[in-house]
Amino acid sequence: MMRTPLRPLARILAAREKGENPDHIERENIRLRHEELRDKARRGSEGRLLLLGGFFVIAFATVGLRMGHLSATEPSEPKSMTIGAGITAQRANIVDRKGRILATNLSTYSLYANPQNMIDKHRAAKELAAIFPELKEERLIKDFTGSRKFLWIRKKLSPEQMQAVHEIGDPGLVFGPREMRLYPNGRLAAHVLGGASFGREGVHSAEVIGTAGVEKYFDEFLRDPANGGQPLELSLDLTVQAATREVLYGGMKLMQAKGATAVLMDAYSGEVVSMVSLPDFDPNKRPRVLTSGDASDSPLFNRAVQGVYELGSTFKIFATAQSLDLGLVNPATLINTQGPLRWGKFKIRDFHNYGPTLSVTDIIVESSNIGTARLAMQIGSERQRAFLDKLGFLDATPVELTEASGAKPLLPKNWSELSAMTISYGHGLSASPLHLATAYASLLNGGQKVKPTLLKQKVTPPLGERVVSYETSVASRDMLRQVVKRGTASFGEVEGYAVGGKTGSADKPKPRGGYYDDKVIATFASVFPAHKPKYVLIVTLDEPSIHSMGETRRTAGWTAVPVAAEIITRIAPLLGLRPEIEPDAIDEITLTSN
Amino acid sequence: MTEMVYGTLPRQGGEPVLPRWWRTIDKLTLIFILVLFGIGLLLGFAASPPLAEKNGFEPFHYVFRQGFFGSIALIVMVSVSVMSPLMVRRLGVLGFVAAFIALALLPVLGTDFGKGATRWYSLGFASVQPSEFLKPGFVIVTAWLMAASQEINGPPGKIMSFSLVLTIVLFLAMQPDFGQAALILFGWGVMYFVAGAPIFLLIGIAVLVVLGGMFAYNNSEHFARRIDGFLNPDIDPTTQMGYATNAIREGGYFGVGVGEGQVKWSLPDAHTDFIIAVAAEEYGLVLVLAIIFLFLVITVRSLYRLMRERDPFARIAGTGLACMFGIQAFINMGVAVRLLPAKGMTLPFVSYGGSSLVAGGIAVGMLLALTRTRPQGVIGDHFIGRGRGTLGQNK
Repeated sequence: MMRTPLRPLARILAAREKGENPDHIERENIRLRHEELRDKARRGSEGRLLLLGGFFVIAFATVGLRMGHLSATEPSEPKSMTIGAGITAQRANIVDRKGRILATNLSTYSLYANPQNMIDKHRAAKELAAIFPELKEERLIKDFTGSRKFLWIRKKLSPEQMQAVHEIGDPGLVFGPREMRLYPNGRLAAHVLGGASFGREGVHSAEVIGTAGVEKYFDEFLRDPANGGQPLELSLDLTVQAATREVLYGGMKLMQAKGATAVLMDAYSGEVVSMVSLPDFDPNKRPRVLTSGDASDSPLFNRAVQGVYELGSTFKIFATAQSLDLGLVNPATLINTQGPLRWGKFKIRDFHNYGPTLSVTDIIVESSNIGTARLAMQIGSERQRAFLDKLGFLDATPVELTEASGAKPLLPKNWSELSAMTISYGHGLSASPLHLATAYASLLNGGQKVKPTLLKQKVTPPLGERVVSYETSVASRDMLRQVVKRGTASFGEVEGYAVGGKTGSADKPKPRGGYYDDKVIATFASVFPAHKPKYVLIVTLDEPSIHSMGETRRTAGWTAVPVAAEIITRIAPLLGLRPEIEPDAIDEITLTSN
Repeated sequence: MTEMVYGTLPRQGGEPVLPRWWRTIDKLTLIFILVLFGIGLLLGFAASPPLAEKNGFEPFHYVFRQGFFGSIALIVMVSVSVMSPLMVRRLGVLGFVAAFIALALLPVLGTDFGKGATRWYSLGFASVQPSEFLKPGFVIVTAWLMAASQEINGPPGKIMSFSLVLTIVLFLAMQPDFGQAALILFGWGVMYFVAGAPIFLLIGIAVLVVLGGMFAYNNSEHFARRIDGFLNPDIDPTTQMGYATNAIREGGYFGVGVGEGQVKWSLPDAHTDFIIAVAAEEYGLVLVLAIIFLFLVITVRSLYRLMRERDPFARIAGTGLACMFGIQAFINMGVAVRLLPAKGMTLPFVSYGGSSLVAGGIAVGMLLALTRTRPQGVIGDHFIGRGRGTLGQNK
C-alpha cells in the first residue's frame, strides 16, 4: 500500500521559506483524502442501495399480491350462509339387520349472538326470552351488554323457533348450520344406541360425538368420511326389539317389578337380535347421569350388560352338563338328595323335599339345590372354575358396547369347595344376563363357544372352541325341555316352538351382607326350539311379585317364565320360525354311561 | 473582462431560495406525498365517523382534525425540505435530544389511554407520541455519527450509535412498544448496512434480533398473545385480523362503494392501524394497489436518488428515513393481509393521528431535503464556493 504523508516535508519546508502557514498544506491533503474516500464509499453503497430498493420492490409486491389474492376469494364469515355439502351426513347412519334406520342425522340450526352487531339489545333479549322459556331475560341482557363478542344461545332450533328468531330481525342474532343426531324409534334399543352430543363447536358446523353405547364404541367408524356414508349395521331386529320391549314392559308392570331385561341371541352366530333393559330412556333426550344414589337405578343403566346378578338355578344346567361331559353321571343316574346337606356350619336346603334320590334329569326338572351341590362336589372347584371360564363367566363380555368392559362378573375371592357348591346353583357368582345368554348358546348349539356381538354377521362366523361334547349338548337340551314340559317352567310352554329352559329365583343380597326374604331376581333362561336350537332368550325381572291362587308368588316359574313365553309367542313368527311338531324322542344319539 | 467585474460586490448564495428549492426538489415524491395525504383524508371521511359518533362529536370531526394536522405537517415538510443538509443535521440533533428526554419521562408523566401501553403525553386538545418524533431525529443522529466515523481521525461513531440504539430500544420495550423498537432497530441496521457494514456482522445482528424476539415472546404476555394470534391458522372472525381479512374479501376488485363499507363499524382501529382494510372494502383492490404503488415509488425513488449522493451524511440519513418510511407502510399493510403478526403501526400520511402526521412531515421533509439535486464531486465544491478554488491549484 502506498502511503502518502499528510505533511510532505519538502513542501512544508518550501512553504516555511515563503512565510506561508504549512497547516494549509495538511488541511488540503486531508480534504483530498476525504474526496477519495467519499467517491469510494459512494461506489460501495450504490450496490447496497440497489439491494435495499430491490427488497422494497419485493416486499410491496408481496403485499400487493396477497391483497389481490384476498380480494379474489369469497368472504367466508357467517354472512354468507350457504348450506354447503361439507356439513351434510357427516356421521354415518345406524341401521338394524334389515336396514331399518335406528339413528340418523337431521340438519338444523344453532343460534348464536354477536352482541356488538346487535341493534336493540334489550328488545332482542326480551323477545328471545319469550320464544325460549328456559332463557332468562336478565341473564341475556347481561350477556349482550357485557364485553363478550360472541355467545351461544341455543344449540338446536326447531323450524318454528328459527322463524320466530328471524322475526326479531336483529342482525346480531346469527344461525349456524348444525347436524343433529336423531333416533326415530325413540326408546327402542336406547341402551344399545347410547346417544350422541356435540363435541367441538364452530360457527359453521359442530362435531357430533357418541356419548354411550355403540355410538361411542364405533365413534371413529361413524365419523370416518372414508366409509362414504356406509351405515353401521347392527344385529338387532327392530320389530323383534319392539315386540320384546312391549311384552317385557307389560310383564314388568304386571309383576310390579322395578326393572326387567331381556336378551335374545342367535344360538350359533352370537348375534344379539334383541336387547331390552327397563326402565329405559329416549336417546334423543338423554337424561343426566345420576350424581347420587345407586347408578343401577338410573334408566341409563343397561341391565342386560352392566347388571351383574346372582342368576340362581339357571346355573344348575352347567353343573349337570359338566358332570355328563366328564362322564361322571348319565341323565338317569340317581343322586342322593337327602336334605339338608351339611357342609361345616352351612346347610343347603331345597325348596321342597324331593325324597331320598332324584335322577340327574329330575334334579334339573325339580331344581334341586342339594342334587346340584353333590354334582359340584364330584366335579371339584378347579374343574368347575375352568369350565365356567370356557363359558365366559370369568371375564367381561366382549360385546361392542362401551359399558360392557366395565361390567366384570363378581367372583368368589377364594374358590373353595363350598363356593363350588353354591355356584353350582347360582349363588356366589354374579354375572350379567348377556353372560348367561352367551353361555346357554354355547352349551346348547352343539357345544361350541359363541362370541356375543351386536354387529350383523354377513356370514355365520365359525364356531369357537368346543365347551362340551355334542352328546352333552343334546342331553342338556332334553333336560331343559323336560323343565318346561313337567317342571318348574310349565308356564313356558308355547305350542309349536318346543321351548326348553331353566328357571332361577335368586334372593337379592342385602347391601350389608345376607339376603332379603322378599326380594328376588327371577330369571328364565330359555332356548327354542329345544330339539333344534335357534335362539336363546334370557328374561330377568328385578323384584317381581304377583298375587296368584291365594299366595304372593315371586319365583321365576310364576313371573319370568310366563313373560318369556309371551315374548316367544310374539317374536317367533317375526323371526321366521314356523310352529312344528316336536319329534317324540331324541333318536340321534344313544345315551350311555360309563 | 477583468475590468468589467472589478470592484463589483461579490454575489452571495447564487439564486433565490424558493426557485432553487423547486428546481432541486424531488417533485415526483413531493406530489406523491400530497396524493397520499389526499387519500388519507378521503378514507378519513369513510373510516372516522363511527369513532366520532361513539365519542359524541359531529361525524367529520376527525376528518377536520386530520386536515388541520395535515396542513401543519405539510408546512413543516416543506419548511424542512428547504433546509440544507447541515441545517437538517443541526435541527435533527436538537429534536432528537428533546424527543429522547420526552421518551425517557414517559413512565412518569405519560398516559396509557387504557390501552395497556404508556406511549402518549396528553396535552388536553391533542396527545403526543414522542416515539414518533424520535424516529427522524434518531436517524439524523445515527447518520451523523456514522458519517463522522468515516472521517480521518473521526470519532468511533458506529459503536456510539449502537449504544444509542440499544438505549432507545430499551426505553421503547419498557412502554411496551415492540413495533417502534423493531422499526428503530431496522432503521439502524439499514443505515449501518449502507455505511458499509461487514456482511457477517449483519448476519450476527439478525441472529440477535431473532433471539431478542424469542426473549420478548417468553417474557411479555402482550407480545406473546399477538404472535400466537398470528401463528394460529384459523382466524377468529371477531378479531381485528378477522374483520380486516373479511373486509378485503368483501371489497373485491372495485369495492362495495363509497360509504357502504361495514368494517369501520366493527374495527376499533379502522381509522388508524387498519385504514387499508377500509380502503380495500370501499374502493377495492384498485385503490389498495395505487396506495402500494405510491409508497413503493417514494421509497425506491429516494434510494435511487441517494445512489448519486457523495456526502456520506446525506446518503446514510436519507437511506434511514426512506427505509423507515417504506417499512412502516409495508408492516401496516402486511398486518392487514396477515403476512405479519398484528402490530400497532400507522400507515404514514394515510392513517389518522396528529403525532404520526407531523412526525411524518418532519421525516419526509428531511428526506426531501437530503435527496435534493446537488452538485456532486469537485464541481460541487466550486459551486458551493468554500473558497477552495485557489488552494485546489496547489496540487
